Parts: sequence; C-alpha cells; structure tokens
Amino acid sequence: MSVTTLTINGRLVSAAEGASILDVAREHDIHIPTLCHLDGLSEHGACRLCLVEVAGSSKLQAACMTKAVEGMVVTTDSERLRTYRRQIVELLLAERNHVCSVCVANRACELQDLAVSMGLHHVRYEPQAPQLAMDASHPRWIIDHNRCVLCTRCVRVCDEIEGAHTWDVMGRGRQTLVISDMNEPWGDSASCTSCGKCVRVCPTGALFEKGAVATNKDPHFVTYLRMAREQKLWNR
Amino acid sequence: MIVDDIAAVRDREHAARAAQKARIAVCSAAGCLSTGGSAVKDALTAAVAEQGAGTDVRVLGTGCLGLCHAGPLVRVDAQDAAPAMFEHVTPALAVAIVSGVVGGALPAEQRCDLTQPFFTRQHRIVTSDAGVVDAERIEDYLAANGYAALEKVLTEMRPEEVVREISASGLRGRGGAGYPTGLKWSTVAKAQGPGKFVVCNADEGDPGAFMDRSVLEGDPHRVLEGMAIAAFAVGAEQGYIYVRGEYPLAITRLKTAIRQAERMQLLGHRILDTQFNFRIDIRIGAGAFVCGEETALISSIEGKRGTPRPRPPFPAEAGLWGRPTLINNVETYANIAPIILAGGSRFATLGTEHSKGTKVFALAGRIVNTGLVEVPMGIPLREIIYDIGGGIPDGRTFKAAQTGGPSGGCIPAAHLDLPVDYEALAGIGSIMGSGGLIVMDETSCMVDVARYFMEFCRDESCGKCIPCRAGTVQMHEILLKMTRGTADERDLGLLEQLAELVTRTSLCGLGQTAANPVMSTLHHFREEYMAHIRDKVCPAGVCPMHAEDRP
Repeated sequence: MSVTTLTINGRLVSAAEGASILDVAREHDIHIPTLCHLDGLSEHGACRLCLVEVAGSSKLQAACMTKAVEGMVVTTDSERLRTYRRQIVELLLAERNHVCSVCVANRACELQDLAVSMGLHHVRYEPQAPQLAMDASHPRWIIDHNRCVLCTRCVRVCDEIEGAHTWDVMGRGRQTLVISDMNEPWGDSASCTSCGKCVRVCPTGALFEKGAVATNKDPHFVTYLRMAREQKLWNR
Repeated sequence: MIVDDIAAVRDREHAARAAQKARIAVCSAAGCLSTGGSAVKDALTAAVAEQGAGTDVRVLGTGCLGLCHAGPLVRVDAQDAAPAMFEHVTPALAVAIVSGVVGGALPAEQRCDLTQPFFTRQHRIVTSDAGVVDAERIEDYLAANGYAALEKVLTEMRPEEVVREISASGLRGRGGAGYPTGLKWSTVAKAQGPGKFVVCNADEGDPGAFMDRSVLEGDPHRVLEGMAIAAFAVGAEQGYIYVRGEYPLAITRLKTAIRQAERMQLLGHRILDTQFNFRIDIRIGAGAFVCGEETALISSIEGKRGTPRPRPPFPAEAGLWGRPTLINNVETYANIAPIILAGGSRFATLGTEHSKGTKVFALAGRIVNTGLVEVPMGIPLREIIYDIGGGIPDGRTFKAAQTGGPSGGCIPAAHLDLPVDYEALAGIGSIMGSGGLIVMDETSCMVDVARYFMEFCRDESCGKCIPCRAGTVQMHEILLKMTRGTADERDLGLLEQLAELVTRTSLCGLGQTAANPVMSTLHHFREEYMAHIRDKVCPAGVCPMHAEDRP
C-alpha cells in the first residue's frame, strides 16, 4: 500500500492512501471533534464540527470526508475553528430540548461531552423548545425526538449494518424528523428486527431503553461487527 | 429522418409563410395565459375561420413576449407592414385585430409602442424565437433554423471542436454561480468511462424569477438541441431534464417537444442518420428549493431524498449513479445553438471582459415594465431599471434592486451605474444569480426584506447540516425581533456572527449563501437596521415594531 505524507498542525504525518484527514489525525492522536461520524458507518458530513483548514483552499473542509493528499497542509485547531464549533454546539442545544438534568443519557451523552469540552455553560440563542411527540410504541425502546440531533447514525446503522432500513428522515429544515418505516409507530414497524443497534449508536438520549436509569452506550461495536464480517470470523 | 428531409420541412414552412398575409402571435407563456391569453387565442382562431382568412392568416401561440404586466399580448407580423403589438387584449379586441389584418387597417387602440427602449435596448439571443416560433410545433422551430446547430455539430465537427467553440465563446453558467461552461464540458469530456449523463437543471426556485420557465414554455426545442450538442461534445447518451413540479405548462411542452424530436430522429437512436444516440427523459421535482443544488438534484433524480453532499467529488467526475455528469442550467443550454451557428468568437464580442453574451432577467417588484428582458452583459443597472424597465411607478424613488434571490443581495442607488456582470455584482455583495431582479422603492424595509429571505432559506433548508438548519432559524429569530422592535445591539452582534458561521461552515450552496441578503443589507443599509434597534422605528413604515403582530 502506498503512503501519503502530509502536515497536520505543523507535524509531518504519514497516512495510508485513501485515508481521510480524520483517520490520519486520530491515528496520530490529533483530536478533531465529531458528532455525526461513527467508525464503521458511511460518512454523512453534516455536523460540520470536524471542519478543518486546508492550505490553498478558501473553503473549510470536513475532515471526515476529505481524503488526505500528498503534501497537504492541514490545521485542525484555530481560534476561528474553535468559535465555529462552539457556535454549532450552541445551535444544537437551542434547537430542541436538551435538558441534561432530566435526561437518561446524562453523563453518557456525546453532545454534553462536546459542550463540556468547549467550556460551554451558556447558550446565547433563543431556545426553540419544540413540542415533539415521543414514540414509546416499541416494547423495549423509546425515541424522544426532543433530544435528537439528526446525526442519522441510527438511520445508517440500521441500513448499513443491520440491513433493515427501518429508520429514515422526513421533512426539511427545522421540521426534519427521524421516522420509522413510512412514519408509522416504531412498535408497528414490519421492518424493525429489534436488534437495538440504533439505540447503542445514538449519541444523545434520543434513543433509549425503557426503564433504564442511565443509558450505557457503546457505539464501538460497529467497527467490531464490520471487521468480523470482513474477516469472515463467523463463517463455518 | 435525414438531413434532406429536415431541409424539405424547412422549405415547406418557408413557402407556407411566404404565402401568408400575416401571422398573429399570441403570447402563450404562463403570465399571459393567467390573464386570459388562451381565450384571446381561441377568439383569434375563431375570427380567422369566420372571416375565411384561414390560408392567409396564421394564429400561433409563442414564447414570452416580454411585457408581462400588459398581458395578454398579441403580436401581428403582416407581409406589407411593420410589426405591431397589442396589450391587454380581450377576445373582443382579438376579433377587431383579425378584421384589421384582413381589411388592412389594424385597430389603433391598446397598441404597444415597439420603439420604446423596453424593446429596442434588448439584445435577444436566448429569447430570439419569441413571437416567431410556436412552442408546440417543431416545424416552426426548424423554420427558424432550429436544429441546424445540431446538424452542423454532427456532420462537420468533432466533439473536442465543439468544446473548444463553447470555451471560445466565454459562456458562463447562467444558473447563478457563473462557472465557465467550456471548462465544465471539457472536464466531463475528459472523464473516462461509458454511461455519462447530461442533465438540465430546470428547478428554478428563486422567488420572483421566471426566466427558465419562459424559455421552457416558449422554446423547448432550443433546450433539447443544446442538450443534444452537449451530449455529443462530452460523449453522453442519456439526458435528464429536472424540472420543478410547479411548472406544469413547461412540463407539457417539454414532453410534446421530446416526442416531436424523437419522431423526426432529432433525438433517440441514430440522430440525423449518424452514429450518435441521445435520449432525454424528464424528472419532475416535488417542490424542494434545495434540489436546484446540483448534488441534491442528482440525489433526487436517483430517487433518493434530495439532500446535498460535500464536493469534491464534483458531478463532472462522479455524478448521477457515480458517472461523470454534465449539469447546466436551462438558459445555458439555450445559448448553445446560437454559439455553434454564429461561432464562439462572435458570441464573445458581446459583453464584458469576463462575462460574455447576454443575460435574461425577470423584472419584478416596483417597476413600470414588469416582465422578461434579455440584455447584453455589462449594461448598467440604471439602464435596465430606468430605460428598459421604465423606472419606478407612482412617482416614488428607487431604493434597492435585489438580484440573485435568497442567495443574492440588495444593490443600493449608489451602485446604479454598475455594469451588470458576474464580478461587478459579486464585488458589491450580491450575485448575478439566475436572473431574478426585484426592484424596491422607499416603501420597502430592508430589514423586512432580509427577514423574508431568511424565512425562505429557513423553510427550504434541507435539514442535513446543522449551521444551515439551525443557524437560519436563529438568524430569522433575530431579524423577527428587529421588526418587532425588541432587538438590541447584542442581537445585531449575534446576527453578524451567525451570518459568518452559516456562510463559512454550511455544507452546500444554499447555506453558504443564505446569509447574503442579511450581509448585503447590513452593509448598504446599516442605518436602517440601527433605526429598528436603537430608535425602535421602521423608517419605511413596514414593520409592526411591536410584539403582538406576528407576521
């Protein structure tokens, strides 16, 4: 495999050909915040938290979807990027009802972690406080759209790993909503296999287990599943 | 059908035309139809039959005649007289017009002055067939030298020569961004592999813009011909026209045109008896503004949810179903046949250094002559508004011109002498856009205008990326507060920060340009914002300035 050499934050690093800037950065312990990205799933490029500066390009690039190219000079951390990332998290917190103290995902929430890591203790934007209905029709899990950040990890894991494609997205703009099947109650879904992968990859408390006091999310099983399949670990 | 047969059709049409005493053209674009154009056409046809002038006088429905506010419009081209045009035509007047044509003396009332600048200052390339060609008859298009460019390309040129000709013309994308068309074509032409696609973006969505609709309704064959030439140049065999569902008339006429062209072997297999095959299918949009963005458009044609994806890869490398795909706007394709016939260098003599040819604008808002105009690039804005547009009605004064729709900006009076080209408009914070030009007078509030466009972007954001989805909501929230007199200077700071965020971090063009109306009005009309914030006054008297009146 051929190797690409590039500069990230002044450091010369090498990368496997075809790797994304995010892959390379993580490999070299350079932290880039992400939200919609999840190892093992296709890239969505929508949260815009992983935007980085690439020398020679006037536009910021999403590290998850931009391939590392020979000689590339990347900056992953700057005053400007920090400001933008902070604003994006603030926008998310104002968009729906993210009240950590009454959330089942409190202290196990990636949105909360992002806010904490940015030292965000105050939201300057008008809280939109939408009144979105919850769907508790499934025997084991609940979807609470008020805590959804529309990262579509659930949609992707259901489609790409489980192969059920129960979840998808409906509507546009602020009316965008994750739905099961043709916007039917989750409990009535004919396609849902009740595998629970969506619940485990959800970065917030939007998908959670009934009766749980705190969720225990471990989204890293996705990479294991992928690896096991690719290496045919379960084939006889 | 072979070249000789096409020539025979042209000869027949010319002979028939020479034998006719007069041609009466009724504007059959949506604007005139909405004011009773089809009743006028029926009355004309009936009157011609009644007066036994069937062989002498031909009634035809044509593309947009331009002066939309005075519709229905009827144009009379008699053998032995100068052309005449009538405005606000009623079925009764239609009968009088036919009597006039037969008797040799046209009615004197409701005549349009064809010597006014609205008609004389225009330069028609894209809209040259309006008034001449019946949108529903391919024979008319052929008689107007239609498909001659395709014939020339297929019989005399090699694909790379076609690309070179388009590059030489200096034509730039008419959809708004102004990417050099020749460069785009050569990228797709160079891309490897079979199964390339040619796509026509007819998802015109800017509020107040109707250029593409008029071209599709009035001259659908011109677009088909442009696409076929493009397909030959880049090596594609399949084309799609992505047209918005709100344009039923355009869709009907496109379908008719495609069927006619296929029947004459101008589309489909072995076009004009050459080895070239090209098929065009229509895909109808379902009312999402974002589907005018090329990656969202591709997604929609593929049958998926119409959301954009980051570029690169650009559609020229990996577009429809991962194949190299050429996407151009309606007006861009409509320019192709004239460029091939006249030569790229001839086309390039028109316009400015970096913006060649003409641009079609839809004049709307507080202007005397609302309608469709085509002007050479580089014409000062003042000429478009005051000479061609007839100025501002009711003795009011010009305040701003909005170009580029929700992605564009407002141009104040100080910049009226600005030449209209891509760079000049971008230089003052607006864009050429697809050609919507909304004129505003002192009764328009710029904060309210910004709020209106932000509401549009908020509602049309696809919801995929956070800055656009949530940022437009918050910007609209702040602008709403300003129009209600409840905003303070802190809000202004937040607005400016958000404008930068949304511009710099959004995934696609919709979000990246959504803040343009805010930034351009803030730049040119800051004192008006300050009046709302500091003095709690709306100088134009538009905003409610109190919280109860929810707009």
